[in-house]
Order: sequence, then C-alpha cells, then structure tokens
Amino acid sequence: MYRTIKPTAVKWLAAVAAFGLIAAGTAGAQAPAPKAAAKPAAASKAVAAPVTPAKSTDATVREIEKYREALADGNPADLWEARGEDLWKQKRGPKNASFEKCDLGLGEGVVKGAYAKLPRYFEDTDRVQDLESRLVTCMVMLQGFKYDQAKRAPFGSAENKSNMEALVAYVTANSRGAKMNVSLSHAKEKEAYAIGKKMFFHRGGPHDFSCATCHAQDNIRIRLQDLPNLTKQEPAQRAYTSWPAYRVSQGELRSFQWRLFDCFRQQRFPELDFTSEGSVALTTYLARNANGGIFNAPAIKR
Amino acid sequence: MKTTYLMATLALVAATSAQAQTKAPAPDRATEVMKAAFKERGQAKLDRLNQDKAMELCTKYTVTPIPRKLAAEIEAENVKTIPFPADGKYLGDWKAGERIAQSGVGMQFTDNPANPSGANCYACHKLAPQELSYGTIGSSLYQFGKLRGYSPDIAKYAYGKIYNSQAYAACSNMPRFGHNKILTETQIKDLVALLMDPESPVNK
Repeated sequence: MYRTIKPTAVKWLAAVAAFGLIAAGTAGAQAPAPKAAAKPAAASKAVAAPVTPAKSTDATVREIEKYREALADGNPADLWEARGEDLWKQKRGPKNASFEKCDLGLGEGVVKGAYAKLPRYFEDTDRVQDLESRLVTCMVMLQGFKYDQAKRAPFGSAENKSNMEALVAYVTANSRGAKMNVSLSHAKEKEAYAIGKKMFFHRGGPHDFSCATCHAQDNIRIRLQDLPNLTKQEPAQRAYTSWPAYRVSQGELRSFQWRLFDCFRQQRFPELDFTSEGSVALTTYLARNANGGIFNAPAIKR
Repeated sequence: MKTTYLMATLALVAATSAQAQTKAPAPDRATEVMKAAFKERGQAKLDRLNQDKAMELCTKYTVTPIPRKLAAEIEAENVKTIPFPADGKYLGDWKAGERIAQSGVGMQFTDNPANPSGANCYACHKLAPQELSYGTIGSSLYQFGKLRGYSPDIAKYAYGKIYNSQAYAACSNMPRFGHNKILTETQIKDLVALLMDPESPVNK
C-alpha cells in the first residue's frame, strides 16, 4: 500500500509548493487593502495608481484559475481514497465485519457508481439516506458499533484523521465519470427534496441569511470566490459533482456533510447535526438539482 | 347592504382563523425536520432558526419578488426600530470603518462572543478601490459619498441602512447590523465615515 502512495505524496508536495507561490502572488495583489486600514496616507497615494480595479480583479481571477489548474495535477485525496479502501475491506467493530456486505443502494458491497444515485430511499431503514448516513447504518448493523460511536469524529484534523472522510473518499472516487441520477420516485424521496428545498430558502440567524442569499443568483461572487446558483441545473451540476474535495487550506479531505456543516456555520446558524434527516434532505435537494452532471470527485480546492 | 357587510366580515374572520390554524398549532413536518437538524453550539442557540414577520415573508418571496404592499409593511415596521444617534452625529472614524468592513468574524459558533464583530462589507460590496478582493452580491459602494453628496440626509440614510437594511429595501440580502446587535452604534458610525468622509479612500 505504501508503495502506491509514494508517487502521490511527491505530487502533493509539488502542489503545496505551487500553492505557496500563487498564494504569495495573490497576497501581493491585495496588499494595499490592509494598508488602507493602518496607513491612510499610503492608501490615498495608491488610489492614484492608473490600474483600474476591474482589470486587476480579472487578472487576479485568472491567477486563481491558473492556481486551480496547477493543483489539479496532484490531488492528495488519493491518500484518503487508499485509506478508505483499506477501511472498507478491514474486519472491524464488535462484530468483526468489513463493509463488503454494506448495501449503498446497488447491492451488497457494490461501490461502483453508487454515490451518483445517492441520496435514495432504503427499505431496511425506511429512510432516505446519503452516503454518510448509510455508512453509519452499516457500521451499526454490520460491524456492531454503537450509533454514537459510528457518528463520532465525522470531520478530521491533522491530529485526528477521520475514518468517515476516508470511507467517503473511497466510495465517491468509485463514481468518478458516472452521471448524477438521483431518483424522486419514492414518496419519501419526494418529501426529502421538498424539505431540503424549504431549508435552502429559510432565512434566519442574526444575519438573516439563507443558502439562497449566496446561491440563488447567477454570476455573483463573495470576495473573489464565484458562487454557484444551486437552484439551476448547470451550476448545480458543476458544484455538486466537485464534492467531496481535498481542501489545501485545511490539509483535509472534506465530505459533502462537511460542506453543509461549514456553510451553516458561516450562515451563523447552530451546528448542523451530522447525518440528521434535515441534512440528508438538503443534500437530496442539491444532488437532484445536479442530475445529469458527470461526477468528478474527490476534487481539490484552495 | 348589511348582509353583504356581515358576509364580508365572516369571510374575513374565516380567512384569519384558517391562517391562524396553519401557522400556530402544529408546525408542519418540514419545519420540525429542519429544527431537529440543528443543535446549539456556543453562542449559536436554536432560536436562531426562528423568524420575525419580515424573514418569514422574505423566505416566501426569495425567488418571486415580494408584492409592493407587503414590502411597504416590512419597511414601515423596520424603520421604526432604528434609534438614530442621540448626538445627531453619523460619522465616526473611516480608518476604523475600513477595519470593520474587512473583518468577517462574529456570531459564528466558532467565534468568541466577547470580541467585537466585523461587518464583512467587502464580502459583498466594492468599496475602497485598493481592495481587489470584493464580492458582487451587493452593489458597488465605491464613491458612495462623492456621487450622492456629503449631506447630513445621506449620512443619516447610510446609518439607517446599515442599522436595519429592511427599513429601506424589504427582503434585501443585507444583514440588519444594528437591529440584530451585530455592530454597536460606534462601529456603524465608523462605517458611515468609510462611506461618507471625503478623506475616505472610498471617495477618492
């Protein structure tokens, strides 16, 4: 296993080096701003600079695009995928069982193409489940973990790598190239979609934000980051099919549950409970809106 | 005539009670599922999911524009909430305002509630032209004072807009920074100065 990882690790280091270079470039381009706060005189001088802000912004956006391209060449998500594959095949838990009898919707142990059809309704639990909630089910039912144990540490850090994120990387990588095909044929799937939609538009918290504040308009940015309109098929496809992703800024592979968790944190909402029915409902809404898109993750993002 | 009036009243009462029935007693399952999806953490309690009348309406009218009559009601209710500064002064220190406009911290469950919040204006607006990393969710505020004139009326409007954006544009995406206690009066004055001080880089 370590032999297969080594070349990836080298590519990864190269990617980190590239990140450092471009991050430095971007910081340089933005340098006048903090100065404007601290040293007004210098700021006033900078205003007279002949470069128009619009052009500079375009140049900055182009630099970011270049950076993204450079990153795509060596994605450390491979490390999570390899660890996830090991975890999938290992006998673990009180029942000493692997995931090879875990049904992700296409039959016991089938991972190929499974993620592109999730979330979906499962008869054995009588619930609509996304990948993460289904993995929790398999850990409880097959491996004999307690529910709370299975849900613990869903998001990793440098000191504590998450098994959940590794499993997510392995399973999702096996849908690379598959067409998103989330069904709404079961009544509970339809209900999940409707609940997810409601959550998407619900404005609340001290900032009056909803998901729609940032993700229901075309061609807008927060700072320099493009914001996909997740109510529309094409941008929803582009966004949804690029998660999970290795986040360079965090050095971790992040699942779709993490993406929602952190969006709500920034939305100033309370903490989204991992694999809660509402979190799966919102995932159903977003995944279904991305139907027809070609899944291409784990990706790599800044 | 009398009968028509009575029937109209009855219809009104029926409509009102029907509305009360759908709202008050049993929240729909979607609302229950949404509330159960969150758990309180640090300063972010579950009451953050609750909505006032404005947010309830604005949620409903996110995609389709809100009817003018309802918008006027929201604006009238929200404008009443603004306590304009007792000293009649709207402009603080634009340099402090720039720092507040740059900062995105505050009110997240990962933030220390003892520290002051930022306003994160640059996340959505263009302001000082030196800052290239600005968002486009809101309109450009570059040359805000220069274009509108440095009058007390415009300064008062800017103060009110930052304090409670719903008072001037119902269902705006902008947070109600004063009304929801994100920023203090002093901080809002500093932001008004960033927009309205002729010396601010925003007006250069």
